[in-house]
Amino acid sequence: MRTNTLPAPPHAFQRIYVWELPIRFYHWLNALCILTLIVTGFIIANPPAINNGSEAAFSYWFGTTRFIHFAAAYIFVFNLLVRIYWGFVGNQYANWKNFLPLRRAQYREIFTVLRVDILETSNKVIVAIGHNALAYLTYTVLFLVSLFQVASGFALYAKMSHWWLPQLFTWMLPLFGGDASLRNWHHFATWFFIVFTIIHVYLVFYHDYVEGHGVISSMAGGWKFLPTRHREAVQGKSWFTVGKASPPHPGRPGPPP
Amino acid sequence: METIAKTAAVAAPDQQTVYEQMVSRGVSRREFLKFCGWISACMGLGTEGMAQVANALENKRRIPVVWMHFQECTCCSESFLRSSHPIVADILLDKISLDYTETLLAASGHQAEACLQDTITKYKGEYLLCVEGSVPTGADGAYCCIGGRSAEAILTEVAEGAKAVIAWGNCACSGCVQAAKPNPTGATPIHRLIAGKPVVNVQGCPPIAEVMAGVLVHLLTFDRIPQLDALGRPKAFYSRRVHDTCYRRPNYDAGLFVESFDDDNARKGFCLYKMGCRGPTTYNSCGTIRWNGGVSFPIQSGHGCIGCSESNFWDNGPFYTRLTSFPGFGIETTADRIGMVAGVATVAGVAAHAVLTNIRKHDEIGEQPGESAAAAPPPPAVKPEDKGGTQP
Ligand code: SF4
Repeated sequence: MRTNTLPAPPHAFQRIYVWELPIRFYHWLNALCILTLIVTGFIIANPPAINNGSEAAFSYWFGTTRFIHFAAAYIFVFNLLVRIYWGFVGNQYANWKNFLPLRRAQYREIFTVLRVDILETSNKVIVAIGHNALAYLTYTVLFLVSLFQVASGFALYAKMSHWWLPQLFTWMLPLFGGDASLRNWHHFATWFFIVFTIIHVYLVFYHDYVEGHGVISSMAGGWKFLPTRHREAVQGKSWFTVGKASPPHPGRPGPPP
Repeated sequence: METIAKTAAVAAPDQQTVYEQMVSRGVSRREFLKFCGWISACMGLGTEGMAQVANALENKRRIPVVWMHFQECTCCSESFLRSSHPIVADILLDKISLDYTETLLAASGHQAEACLQDTITKYKGEYLLCVEGSVPTGADGAYCCIGGRSAEAILTEVAEGAKAVIAWGNCACSGCVQAAKPNPTGATPIHRLIAGKPVVNVQGCPPIAEVMAGVLVHLLTFDRIPQLDALGRPKAFYSRRVHDTCYRRPNYDAGLFVESFDDDNARKGFCLYKMGCRGPTTYNSCGTIRWNGGVSFPIQSGHGCIGCSESNFWDNGPFYTRLTSFPGFGIETTADRIGMVAGVATVAGVAAHAVLTNIRKHDEIGEQPGESAAAAPPPPAVKPEDKGGTQP
């Protein structure tokens, strides 16, 4: 057998299976749904002036756009339900408990993340194999806003449907003072998803860039890569550890391998 | 239908049935039955429903009605009086017996007040209370006083012995324009001030005359409150959106929209969605019953629906744009403007953070100790298939 000659790894990485297939599937389907819902949502809110030469009988593009919006919304809902279910049966990184900051340690972690990654006043090394506690909290907010979008969407949709499911949400209408203002809130909440997406995409690039754990590819293959020097964190009970401040920038010879 | 064939017996005016009163006013049997058919069609009843209506109007004694006016413009009364069907105004207002109403009462001053007291004591627990207008609760009710008493005090007293309450129009149902922000007089809808009495919200500014008549006839015929939606509106008239019964709807689905009121599309009768039409968020019968005897309704006349049968429709403006201003951010600030500012701010923040990261995390980002190719020891041979998944 032919052997390739590659440089020896300067330090080893531990490969950890973090995101199981249902989580990855959920993530990308969710992303697709959100994108579809945002685009069709804005078209519905302010339809472009097209097809003006034709007759109503020959065109149905606006109806189709709305159909896509509603269909994507249904997929979004059931996908969300699958994700919630997986919070109970999936691995430790997907577990629902991470999403509720009920423990002190989670609060400590949130503050550390704020200092290290957001304000960057500290250069500690954070090893969070799943998400960090702040990220989990952000996803909780995303879940809540998603639930609001689902409930308000179904409430607005109920009049067009004979199915019982959308009817379950009609209580939203009197609560928000009628369809018009609920629609306004539904529209407004869309912007949360836009802002969230900007930050989310930036932060995965940031983490991949700064930490080099392969967070971007983890949502494709499920694996994250941790330098073995962080192994205590990996093997210990806690999936999150704050390490010492990293050594100064190379340029000087490193320790012997 | 045999019952219908009988003629009216003579009884004391306030003991008469509606039919008896109609006959004494010279309404023919034929006209009466036509009216029953027409009103039950408006109410969405079938043929049997029509017989029930006829039966009730023939046999039931008139309902005493007390009709109060508070903060309002009387457009509900106007709408009712101008009903296309003469019998509506004549019979339901005149004959169902309006025992007290400020607008139409012949008596005035103390006499009128005595008339009111008379009715509410004599027919305690029997009379129907119709309210037009909201009740100001600001400044101890000083903004609306009748006969030296505040509207709230009068309402409480009159509602006490009422069998049921009908709130006419947007004022009584949700405060209409006087309750629009900042609601200086503290205008309050009727259902918030009355406890323990059924309140029917007959929405609209004003409500359609046929709807008003339909609700009254329903109460008279079936002796119970019609089915109401979550906002207290009779389902028979408010369960569908104007949008669902709008004849321009095919244009909506086809994406054919009026872009400005003077364009070719407007002339072609395209959908008014982009002109701010509130049809998709408004529950009313304008698309089916229409106005002025079915002549037209706003959308048919080329103007979008303004949503007058919905709560806070004045605050859900501006009327001529699709996206309304967002509460709490000042007038004319839409969700999109807020979102756009938030989006731009986020992008700017993220960009600044990226710059900051390259400065502050300089040490983490670059080569780590031992990673320099020069510092690496002579490379041993590594088989490509050795993934080294979990090295010791
Ligand atoms: S004109 Fe208004 S109510 Fe009619 S279809 Fe268009 S948006 Fe709907």
